[in-house]
Amino acid sequence: MKKAIGILILMLAIAAFTALAAEGFLSAYNLENLCRRTALFGILAVGAGIVIMAGGIDLSTGSVVCLAGCLLPWLLVSQEWSAPAAVGMVIACGIAIGLFHGVLVSWGRLQPFLVTLCGLLFYRGVARGFTEDQTQGFRGGFEELRTLATGRIPVPGLTDLEAFEGASAFAIPAPVVSLLAIALLAAFLLRFTVWGRWLLATGRNPQAAAYSGIPVKWVTLSAFVLGATLSAYGGMLFVLDIGSAQPADFGNFYELYAIAAAVLGGCSLRGGEGSVVGIVVGAALMQVLRNAITLVEWIPDNLEYAVIGAVILVGVLADELVRRFAGRRRATSATPTIANSS
Amino acid sequence: MAGASEHVSPRAVIEGRGLSKRFGGVLALDRVDASIRAGEVLAVVGENGAGKSTLMKILAGVQGPDEGTLLVDGEAVRLRSVRDAQRRGIALVHQELNLAENLDVAANIVLGREPRRLGVLDRRKATRLAEEALAKVGLRVPSHTPVATLGVGARQLVEIAKALSANARVLILDEPTASLSKAETDRLLALLAELKRRGTAIVLISHRLDEVLRIADRIVVLRDGTIRGELDRDNATREAIVSLMVGRSVPAVSRGNVSLGAARLSLRGVRTEAHPHASVDLEVRAGEVVGIAGLVGSGRTELLETLFGVRRAVAGEVAIEGRPLPKGSPRAAARRGVALVPEDRAHHGLFLPDPVRRNFSMATLSRLARFGVVSTSRERSLADRLARELQLRPPDHARAAGTLSGGNQQKVVLGRWIATAPKVLLLDEPTRGVDVGARAEIHAIVRRLAADGAAVLFASSELDEVLSLADRIVCLREGEVTGELVATEASEESLMRLMTAERAA
Repeated sequence: MKKAIGILILMLAIAAFTALAAEGFLSAYNLENLCRRTALFGILAVGAGIVIMAGGIDLSTGSVVCLAGCLLPWLLVSQEWSAPAAVGMVIACGIAIGLFHGVLVSWGRLQPFLVTLCGLLFYRGVARGFTEDQTQGFRGGFEELRTLATGRIPVPGLTDLEAFEGASAFAIPAPVVSLLAIALLAAFLLRFTVWGRWLLATGRNPQAAAYSGIPVKWVTLSAFVLGATLSAYGGMLFVLDIGSAQPADFGNFYELYAIAAAVLGGCSLRGGEGSVVGIVVGAALMQVLRNAITLVEWIPDNLEYAVIGAVILVGVLADELVRRFAGRRRATSATPTIANSS
Repeated sequence: MAGASEHVSPRAVIEGRGLSKRFGGVLALDRVDASIRAGEVLAVVGENGAGKSTLMKILAGVQGPDEGTLLVDGEAVRLRSVRDAQRRGIALVHQELNLAENLDVAANIVLGREPRRLGVLDRRKATRLAEEALAKVGLRVPSHTPVATLGVGARQLVEIAKALSANARVLILDEPTASLSKAETDRLLALLAELKRRGTAIVLISHRLDEVLRIADRIVVLRDGTIRGELDRDNATREAIVSLMVGRSVPAVSRGNVSLGAARLSLRGVRTEAHPHASVDLEVRAGEVVGIAGLVGSGRTELLETLFGVRRAVAGEVAIEGRPLPKGSPRAAARRGVALVPEDRAHHGLFLPDPVRRNFSMATLSRLARFGVVSTSRERSLADRLARELQLRPPDHARAAGTLSGGNQQKVVLGRWIATAPKVLLLDEPTRGVDVGARAEIHAIVRRLAADGAAVLFASSELDEVLSLADRIVCLREGEVTGELVATEASEESLMRLMTAERAA
């Protein structure tokens, strides 16, 4: 929780800087877009965070986003499936991918990094294959389904109904609702349920968890299923928002945005630690940063990745220094520190 | 060892004056003076949490003192790191050995000071240095042996060889015999006596008072961070040390009237992966405490872990109250009322950074929950009850488990399983690295659980523990039961004979 506050302050600082350095940052249009993008990436980040907390890693997020993003319009348009069937199919694919990863990690005893690295290549290849690299879109249809991502929920007082048509006033973007529901549910499950305790224990010390009678393999499987399902759901929202997906680059690098948000938000890659609130704030920070790079004129857009990389590094470094400082103050004699201090 | 005192030089090699160290609100070390001379063995004894480890870490440069001065060869120094201490000839052999298992013996011995020629590792010289060091400790293994293939005793010797090879004049050993068999212990103690004769200063931290009495020239007793007494080898007795250490009465283990119930745990033809040729048949009844005595490598741990399902049995059947357990599932075992307190509590038992409370509840979360939601108030009252029952020190269950002393950490793992009200309690080295006071408390708890109807099976490398805690003793050698004795009729000698017995040829 403390960490979430630190990241929140960093995010507000960058937002304040951008507001001063660039016009348009505080416009209703920009803020609404920022919320929308934060929500979309936040859903992926919560999935990535759950896998990381369980002691794993999911590198396939971006490719699952691509697969889901291409599959949905392809099923609806080319195959003429009904909307519920197509959505169900996309979610089922996410679950199946998660099961596949989880089984390989838990029972196949393969490393999550390798399994999901292969996934990263495989699902993108599949997406490019069945679409023959052709852009998949809704061809202007399916407006109802698309409101799941493009919808705007008016806020009394903020959304002037007159101005609504012109999209000049602020309204809550629909994906925010999805993110809130997912984040609240995930936070509840992780903090208050037996499953959540098991998941964090498995991430913290899988051996001790197994010796405590915890069904470690099933817990790991559940984490991968949630991760991949959220990726598929997120991918679906992305394509509903944008309207089309190009198989070659749709969702490229999204796993890194998701992992970075989770780590910034307090997930330790060693597992067993993290908070959903932190992850969501981490996702917001990433989007504010990207927005700043676009809006502030004297930062060349080409430097986007360099700036993002540098900011994440600074954030992680600052966190480590704070932790070390705090650790020194309440260091204890019982913890053996020989290995690290020599 | 006789006449060794002539070689003791008058000046201290290391001396601590008024050393204090505070951790949060706890004063771990309170103005402690200690000195050690060349050619002397100084033993530091005390319960866990008494400040032994802190003192040792300050002497070895792992931590600096908050107050006080450290003198090396009479000159005040600040040790900045373990490396810095090593340069001044001070070496620490830690309880959890710090060897790189993936490397061979020679590479470990020269680790960090690899001989180089033109910037390239000089293998020939490394081998020579390693072999010299191995000869000094009397370990006869080729220097290219991978460390992973060595037993604990041999690893201990490699660690000491490493220190000697770095020209250590002061050797600090933390519980060096905790995981050694009797023969390995004898060998190590003989080596320490020999090193002492050659002028090495040795600081020995040990829970085993008989060893301390055998080789120490001086014994310093710590309690609550202060020195409660210093004894010379001439006036040291076991009783004198214990009374200084404990400062409270140690409850004696009472067996009471053992009333045995029906068979709770039965093994039929169980073969473990470690010793697939040997099959074990055994029965433990409700209310009974059975001890497994065996040397390192006898398959004690493997047998217990196989019973709990952490390892898969190659063959045979494990039954709880007559119903067979599924193979290879600790979860199934736990659900059927089996509990295992593992040997390696840091890796297999505890979630060190998490609060004690969460460690306590880990095996009973489902019972503390309603509709899958854990009730924190029930969890708290469980922790309160366990902390009280187990006399946890400090009794604060919000603390991270990693901040507790070894004995209290062991109580936490034990408490986790007491919460499940186990029918069968398995314990592997129940008091390893645990001080005298906590050891007696843990023994009393185990007896009480048995009196309440649990079937207890434990393994220990300490014969006095097996003799005092068990009703019945099973001797294990290379995975095979070589004999069974009633505890009251057994002696260390009779057990040792069975543990080392040759199989009928």
